[in-house]
Amino acid sequence: MNNPYLMDKIEVLDITPETAIDSTYTLAWDRPVKPGQFLQLSIPGVGEAPISISDFGPGKLFMTIRKVGRLTEALFALKAGDHLYARGPYGNGFEYRDYGNSHLKVIAGGTGLAPVKKVIKHFIGNRQVASLEVLLGFKTPDDILFKDEVQAWVDSGVATLTVDNGDKHWRGNTGLITRYIPGLNLENLEDTKFIVVGPPIMNKFTTQELLKLQVPEANIWVSFERKMSCGIGKCGHCKIDETYVCLEGPVFRYAQAKNLLD
Amino acid sequence: MGQQLSREQFDQFLDRLQSSYRVFGPAVEVDRGNLADTDRITYKEIRRFDDLELNRQSYFSPKEVFYPIRETLFYFAGDEIAVPKLDDKKIAILLRPCDINGIDRLDTIFLENGPSPDFYYQRRRDKVRFFLIECTTGFENCWCVALNANKTERYDVAFRFGEEILAEVKSPEFAPYLAEYPSKPFEVQFIQQNRRQVRVPRVEDVTLELFEHDLWKEYTSRCIACGRCNTSCITCSCFTMQDVAFGTAKQMGERRRRWAGCQIDGFTDMAGGHKLREQNGDKMRFKAMHKINDYYRRFGKHQCVGCGRCDDVCPEYISFARCINTLAQVIEEGQNR
Repeated sequence: MNNPYLMDKIEVLDITPETAIDSTYTLAWDRPVKPGQFLQLSIPGVGEAPISISDFGPGKLFMTIRKVGRLTEALFALKAGDHLYARGPYGNGFEYRDYGNSHLKVIAGGTGLAPVKKVIKHFIGNRQVASLEVLLGFKTPDDILFKDEVQAWVDSGVATLTVDNGDKHWRGNTGLITRYIPGLNLENLEDTKFIVVGPPIMNKFTTQELLKLQVPEANIWVSFERKMSCGIGKCGHCKIDETYVCLEGPVFRYAQAKNLLD
Repeated sequence: MGQQLSREQFDQFLDRLQSSYRVFGPAVEVDRGNLADTDRITYKEIRRFDDLELNRQSYFSPKEVFYPIRETLFYFAGDEIAVPKLDDKKIAILLRPCDINGIDRLDTIFLENGPSPDFYYQRRRDKVRFFLIECTTGFENCWCVALNANKTERYDVAFRFGEEILAEVKSPEFAPYLAEYPSKPFEVQFIQQNRRQVRVPRVEDVTLELFEHDLWKEYTSRCIACGRCNTSCITCSCFTMQDVAFGTAKQMGERRRRWAGCQIDGFTDMAGGHKLREQNGDKMRFKAMHKINDYYRRFGKHQCVGCGRCDDVCPEYISFARCINTLAQVIEEGQNR
């Protein structure tokens, strides 16, 4: 009998600090994963938690982790060459084919960038979408993740970057992400698709803004974050009514997501 | 057709089972009730007929017999991970139709929902056999009929307990244990009407408007989020993982799971401080909708089986039966639109 709770021992290949409290872990990994999926990461004796996959390539994947709890604190004590434990991947993830030939807009706030980073990279590198615009918001300049890559996206004109509060060195945009939505090219709404990932409050106001601009509900995708213990539809923590975020999500179309009342 | 046994013969039957089975049934723990001089009825291993309490409903359901309150998933020592072994004995549980139907609801979550069956649940569940206690009168607070949970065919042996005991053997596994007793016509009966009348709304009438209805606010002021309704429920299946480490280097320890409940604070807490359903009325709404609405939408049957234990155990005298009826009334008054 298969025991889905047993984990694999995984080598940490590299750790790149992103901010004072976020680091990107490169893990040795050779099973198929999709962008937007998550792993259950754990350190025996400390605990286990769902963490989204921010990027992947042959033989490895990347997870951008914020030091906010007991497990992540222990993860921050690891160094390259150490091991952790993982099971998964879980969740539906983003399907590239959903966005083919569309004008794709990715709107991401804070750590919400992690689960969509691979989607952005994928469509920057190929011609599968008609156009791509990225809107990124962070609290302050110190909170910006993937600084070099984000700067390259800004420099090439793909991304607009804003921070809620600048500092004395900040010369870029400031203000909430919703302020920059009208600046997106929204000429052809029927063929324009949106991915919105951020903290709950950002998701709420961003989708409200999009609907106000007559964006069809069917053209908006969101990704949820919930407490989970199992990742496989048993523990009940992530359930919203008849929907299990770990099974049917974490990526939902807005038309479905709007009916998920916690 | 059935077999007739005296109580002494029933004790002999239990004796013969002991080598291959552990038998559990509702039993009294004297003076262990929540109030002074009251007993607690709970599921315990039984050896003789007199161990059974058949006149009062058990405070806890039989689920803890095969879905432990706390269970070690594995032990670890450095890089070694070991899954604990189980006792080889099978488990026979004496229980009523509502609880057999309730276990069906647990089976659905643990064995059918998601990509694979739950290893730990399945390996215990595979050992479980049902000894049905015929139930034709129910208890003061139960409403199984309203949820079609008053009947079942999923039993191995059905018993009618009176001065004489009648047994109907369904599973050939138990035929050898009962074959020697005299035959007597016996067909198990099921309760047709509960004392408690509950009207369960049709799921198509349960609209999103009802999620925001004021009826839930009453529970914000009354419910204290103790979670007794979750822990006594035969169908509540939720759990949380917990790691424990010992030794100075913390290189040894175990990963456990333990029961969790949506009515208890902390159920949705995420690292970083985000929580959902902070009001206890919202927790009540979430639980109620799961029991009589969204489980049905997902699996085609209601989760609640109307055993009524949540009403019996609530320290604030909140009645889930009344909650369901209030919801039905709100719908009848057209407030769901």
